[in-house]
Amino acid sequence: MRPVDEAELAGIVRGANAPLILRGGGTRGIGAAVPGEVLETGGLSGVRLYEPGALTLVVGAGTPLAEVEALLAGEGQRLAFDPPDMRGLLGREGVSTIGGVVAVNASGPRRVQAGACRDSLIGVRFVDGTGTVIRNGGRVMKNVTGIDLVKLMAGSHGTLGVITEVAFKVLPAPEAVATLCLAGLEDARAVEAMAAALGSPFDVTGAAHWPGRGTFVRVEGFATSVRYRAGELRRLLARFGAVEEVGAEVWAAVRDVVPFHGLSGDVWRLSVKPSDAPGLVARAGAEAVMYDWGGGLVWLAVAPGVDLRARLGVFQGHATRVRGEGPGAFHPEPAAVAALSAGLRAKFDPRGLFNPGLMQGAA
Amino acid sequence: MEMPQPDPAILARRERVHARLAGLLPPDALITDPAETRAYECDALTAYRCLPLAVVLPRTTEEVAAVMRACHDEGVKVIPRGAGTSLAGGSLPTPDAVVLGVARMNAVIETDYTNRFIRVQAGRTNLSVTGAVEAEGFFYAPDPSSQLACAIAGNIGMNSGGAHCLKYGVTTNNLLGVTMVTMAGEVVQVGGPFMDAPGLDLLGVICGSEGQLGVVTEAWLRILPKPEGARPVLMGFAANEVAGACVADIIKGGLLPVAIEFMDRPCIVATEAFAKAGYPDCEALLIVEVEGSPAEIDEQLARIKAIAARHDPVAYREAASEDEAKRIWLGRKSAFGAMGQMGDYICLDGTIPVSELAFVLRRIGELTEGYGLRVANVFHAGDGNMHPLIIFNANQPGDLEKAEALGADILKLCVEVGGCLTGEHGVGVEKRDLMSVQFSDDDMEAQLRVKDVFDPGWLLNPAKVFPLYVTASRRAA
Repeated sequence: MRPVDEAELAGIVRGANAPLILRGGGTRGIGAAVPGEVLETGGLSGVRLYEPGALTLVVGAGTPLAEVEALLAGEGQRLAFDPPDMRGLLGREGVSTIGGVVAVNASGPRRVQAGACRDSLIGVRFVDGTGTVIRNGGRVMKNVTGIDLVKLMAGSHGTLGVITEVAFKVLPAPEAVATLCLAGLEDARAVEAMAAALGSPFDVTGAAHWPGRGTFVRVEGFATSVRYRAGELRRLLARFGAVEEVGAEVWAAVRDVVPFHGLSGDVWRLSVKPSDAPGLVARAGAEAVMYDWGGGLVWLAVAPGVDLRARLGVFQGHATRVRGEGPGAFHPEPAAVAALSAGLRAKFDPRGLFNPGLMQGAA
Repeated sequence: MEMPQPDPAILARRERVHARLAGLLPPDALITDPAETRAYECDALTAYRCLPLAVVLPRTTEEVAAVMRACHDEGVKVIPRGAGTSLAGGSLPTPDAVVLGVARMNAVIETDYTNRFIRVQAGRTNLSVTGAVEAEGFFYAPDPSSQLACAIAGNIGMNSGGAHCLKYGVTTNNLLGVTMVTMAGEVVQVGGPFMDAPGLDLLGVICGSEGQLGVVTEAWLRILPKPEGARPVLMGFAANEVAGACVADIIKGGLLPVAIEFMDRPCIVATEAFAKAGYPDCEALLIVEVEGSPAEIDEQLARIKAIAARHDPVAYREAASEDEAKRIWLGRKSAFGAMGQMGDYICLDGTIPVSELAFVLRRIGELTEGYGLRVANVFHAGDGNMHPLIIFNANQPGDLEKAEALGADILKLCVEVGGCLTGEHGVGVEKRDLMSVQFSDDDMEAQLRVKDVFDPGWLLNPAKVFPLYVTASRRAA
């Protein structure tokens, strides 16, 4: 089913009596829901409002991400959170939609400085499980009016409602970029180097460690400012080894997890305290590893079916299986938190229509 | 301000509730004497006051949990309170409610510069969070103007902002995790020293929920390295429209100043009379601050100057020294004090799309004239967060009501042009009855469902945020 507007979509939901699988472009969904009829949002597309002078964009949830990015680029602006393209990693075809980006809270390397998708998101419209249209947030970037359902919808993986429209705070695209590279660092040393860069006043917008390729640090902004900060960072990082400047292409590769594209097996993402990451990686027995967000995000490739959480034991943070079969893609939550989440799902989707079971953690 | 009828059954059990709380807390953590609970009868919205059933000032999460369990058991409402600086009446008590103040919980639990976070007890003041990390070159970004006094707990409750939000975001963008006690007395940890949520983003719902979902006792906050320096520039314009257009051009020019503050003529005149900052005689004034190394600041200011020049500024003053920078900020920072000299005032907090700035200022002028009152405007222009200050005389019967009616008209105007009722202060009781201007019943119902999940008995701060008619059946149940 592919409704062309919100009213038609609400009608479909009201009339539904069996599970619905919500889909934007089908390029980045993870986890496994019970089978159901596919409900696509690609028909809910189009720009509702774009005011570059107010840094504000409102678009239909089904609008292709590429269209959104091209529109913003035309005014020298962009989505600050750098949404990744997951098609290569997940082996999917299709056209990524902005609603799908929001549904999974997809955020790239710039997340470490500019925040996640949910931090740029300032408004949503969605249809809940009773077929009611609900609006929350708005089109202004400072808004504390009422309970914030905007954040709740971001990253809810289509388990609370069908997102129909999204509003963002956008940011100016930079005039210049510089990427510094340190070669040959051990993981723990690389995380230290990234922490040194991120803890400096030089406004680092990317810090990633790609074992075998290098440890990368990025600054962005006006040309003279970028030159200055890159120079200061070179001096700061000299104690970790030789620093050279490389091209900016590496960031798209880190963002889209390109090093893992050719690998078979399962792929996990770990969200942790950066200084804990190397120790956890040592326990993971992974075939491939890549660190982003200064070490706060770790990508791991392991053999199919490996229970990575069992290998890692108890740690602060969480592990999500983004590629691979089996139950429990999402990290199990403490009982009290799981009860609150289940309570919210029961309220927003009382008939259990939307992607049922998808976000359930492994027992 | 209408508040619900207090529950007579609770009032009748006053002594028993006191005795039960006394059994859970050290003697100095429970206040029942009306002479002493009077200090908690209101917050910074002083127009409304009410003595609570009792005040508790616990020192640990365990004490908070014990109090919550007991109140849950007894069916007693709880009003969470940080430092009591809410301008919206967020912690206004009712006679049948216990005020739970977290101000004594002010310890730093952990600082971690490698991973760039600090974990604090939630009663710690905003400014003292920065104080705890600045020796290492870090700061906590959200900076509400009450930051000397306000508590992190209240910042989380209201999702507080400040002057530097354009670059650094508000509380929700700088909060990593919380320890929270639910109304049933259960201690939950949501988030932590890592960057995103494992499941649903409960942290995003808790932040800004105005103490309706739980009592936050501890928080993990993101800390940032301090910039090398900052410098403000002041510019005066011949009309509000021109200043508004200049703001839009600065933003379109790819600049992201840390602050863009706007003052209109009534505000300039008042602050000049009060603080004598040497502001130019003009219709509208902008203070723009940028950060970085001296060379980076020079470059940004050169671009800003070129943009401003296109709008024929009647004054343009760059701070050449620390002293001049202070003078530029002096008037802005004295604005509220200056208004206090002119009379009593109500500070509004609506946000509007930046493109509607000039229209909204003109309409505010017209509305104000209609009421025969005075309004001065000072606000964060980069993000459209207005702070119209309505001057009135509290000793003159009917003046407060008139000022409140004008305030409501101005906030309705903010919503009409695509904005919202509150950008950083919260709804509290102050704007509760205007919620239906911004939200449909369905929109509000969706928000109430969240409270149903966290606080099924509707005992936590229940008469706030939503119009009473919307919550009546839930509160009665």
